[in-house]
Amino acid sequence: MNFDFSDDQKFLKSEARRFLEDQCPPARVRKVLDDPAKAYDAELWQAVGAQGCLELCVIAEELGRACAPIPFGSTVYFLAEALMLAGSEAQKTRLLPKIAAGEVIGALATSERPGPLTEASVRARVEGGKLTGDKIPVTDGDIADVAVVLAREGTGIGLFLVDLKGPGVKADTLSSLDPTRSVARVVFSGAHAEPLGAAGQGMELLQQVLDRAAVLIAFEQVGGSDKCLEMARDYALQRYAFGRPIGGYQAIKHKLADMYVKNELARSNAYYGAWALNTEAAELPLAAATARVAACAAYWYAVKENIQTHGGMGFTWDVDCHLYYRRSRQLAVVAGAPAVWKERLVGELERKNAA
Amino acid sequence: MDFNDTPEEAAYRAKARAWLADNAPKYEIRRVGSPMAEQAVDLEDMARAKAWQAKKAEAGYAQITWPKEWGGPGGTPIQSVIFSQEEGRYNLTTAYFIIGLSMCLPVVMTVGDEETRTRFGGPALRGDDIWCQLFSEPSGGSDVAAVRTRAVRDGDDWVINGQKVWTSGAHYSDYGFIITRTDPDVPKHKGLTMFWIDMKAPGVECHPIHQMSGGAHFNQVYLTDVRISDKQRLGDVNDGWRVSMMTLMYERLAASGVGRTQGFDDVVNLAREIQTADGPMLRNASFRERLADWHVQAEGMKHTLSRTLTALSRGDTPGPESSIGKLVLANLSQDLANYAMEMQDEFGIVSDPALAPLQAAFQNALLGSPGGRIAGGTDEIMRNIIAERVLGLPGDVRVDKNLPFKDIPQGA
Repeated sequence: MNFDFSDDQKFLKSEARRFLEDQCPPARVRKVLDDPAKAYDAELWQAVGAQGCLELCVIAEELGRACAPIPFGSTVYFLAEALMLAGSEAQKTRLLPKIAAGEVIGALATSERPGPLTEASVRARVEGGKLTGDKIPVTDGDIADVAVVLAREGTGIGLFLVDLKGPGVKADTLSSLDPTRSVARVVFSGAHAEPLGAAGQGMELLQQVLDRAAVLIAFEQVGGSDKCLEMARDYALQRYAFGRPIGGYQAIKHKLADMYVKNELARSNAYYGAWALNTEAAELPLAAATARVAACAAYWYAVKENIQTHGGMGFTWDVDCHLYYRRSRQLAVVAGAPAVWKERLVGELERKNAA
Repeated sequence: MDFNDTPEEAAYRAKARAWLADNAPKYEIRRVGSPMAEQAVDLEDMARAKAWQAKKAEAGYAQITWPKEWGGPGGTPIQSVIFSQEEGRYNLTTAYFIIGLSMCLPVVMTVGDEETRTRFGGPALRGDDIWCQLFSEPSGGSDVAAVRTRAVRDGDDWVINGQKVWTSGAHYSDYGFIITRTDPDVPKHKGLTMFWIDMKAPGVECHPIHQMSGGAHFNQVYLTDVRISDKQRLGDVNDGWRVSMMTLMYERLAASGVGRTQGFDDVVNLAREIQTADGPMLRNASFRERLADWHVQAEGMKHTLSRTLTALSRGDTPGPESSIGKLVLANLSQDLANYAMEMQDEFGIVSDPALAPLQAAFQNALLGSPGGRIAGGTDEIMRNIIAERVLGLPGDVRVDKNLPFKDIPQGA
């Protein structure tokens, strides 16, 4: 039994943590939060390169912990994973080296309306290689170079690669619950759309991309959850009320113990997701859904109870609790909300039990 | 990252599996469930359990982690886990010996004198002697150190008077490991002393406790003028708290091979069979959402165990994540049982095994599950342990800490 990361991966993780503590303190996150003209931290983005699967997991955890304001997920979990899964050799050769060098920013454009993504919700259409339609919201759509777009073509739905800097594309930045991650409405009016993977396989391919992304996002969520637990613990030790640290009262101790339990369950499920991702196991869909549901639940509990533990201070703009509160919401919906994943989880369980 | 044995572990597993295949089947018992759930002891089961324990001891598979100087095989924690996993494939009874071998005897072997170690080590290992642990009292459950049972010195003897409670297996045990108050004039942790007693000695009386679930696994043990020799003392006079803490340490080191959460698959199967107006319950959206949440917890525990086993496999001490198990699983079991009962709608109240699904397993689990959240450390104590030992938060305010024990306020 070796259900753990290797020493090299752990070394990478500690290096990533040291780097991010140095290069991405909350003050750097706040520069993006407080400046409406700033969609991401370009300098930090350049410095974080692409990695292998398990390596990606450990990097993702550290990025989540730092609440890093960079388009890493959009580019690496969505664009790069979609290319590796469905891209032609030419598409991979053209884009993957640039992604690794931090020269290309990606985006995933699927949503068009409030509510879960369904076949019926996809209205964007490709005809004769030209894409028309609105995608809203697109995370990092205003800063991305290339998007993976879900659109109709003929009677089916496919995935397409679209150059967002080319003609026929207009991206407007939208106000977001999490200003440290940019979000846009992208309007396509005859933009050049290049098929990604087989025609008509869009929903299936997208699901596979989301399964892979869900594991990586779970690690970001676990990193953020643990950071919130540390913030709450540290505050509970230094804040005195009624003559002693509030961390000595069971109302706070038990709350933080519950936070720890949820975080550990999320971490263990994320590890299993990492194993399934790395070995391309048949269990990946179930493992990914389990990792995602656990991580969403843990992060939500951690962010809201971290604010609660901080009391009135936690509700202020100046204390960092809300950075994580906001980010946890962004990560909870960016690859499909928990309710959708719970349904997927049970569907996979049924399939497994029937087999 | 992989779930495979190392070559050494695989070799050990193969050897254990072959040995079990040759030996285990003739010691299997017919009944299902814990032999300790009921008060009446099935003597045939117990004889078979003792014979199996002796067989294991002879082959070096009993208390695998016990060092050679205790008469054990001196194996590693991961070997112990591997053997438990393989042994778990057979319907064998080992429950009679767990408290003695994993909690009482390690302390006896650590603090006992040469004569005591020789007297008890081998017989316990071979299953000749069964031990129980006399810790909790009516006035002290979570607050174990609030022990009121008195041991008073009388020449070379001690005389014990008092009452213990929640003592598993006291009625069939040969020996007991008991914590007593020897000095009520000092603060509570400083006046305790540990002894072993013969459970058949004059003045020791066991009364079963009728549980809300109907069973009687526990006992009240009344001690009236029980006279014991000073040679039965384990550790120094008034050093009993430190000695009792050692037991808890051994309890934690005894890693168990818990597998899938009990009842999860049964609930899924029941949901396939229960019909609603819209088809099977398994298609019901609110049920599906609950199922996903339970799966996340059950899987999370399974993979947390894998992390613990990984640490053991490397010869490391498991991380603090191993402390969440009881809290998670006890609550999950209660939730599962209740939902499965409600899912049966009006029929759920029927507990007749001849009529209720799965011989009323869910109705039984529902009545048994409150015990899981209390026994071996309540949910609240488990949360305190995580908060204090893992997260480093301060201990609770203890108003009794510096008072002489006799001056501590006590309830009725």
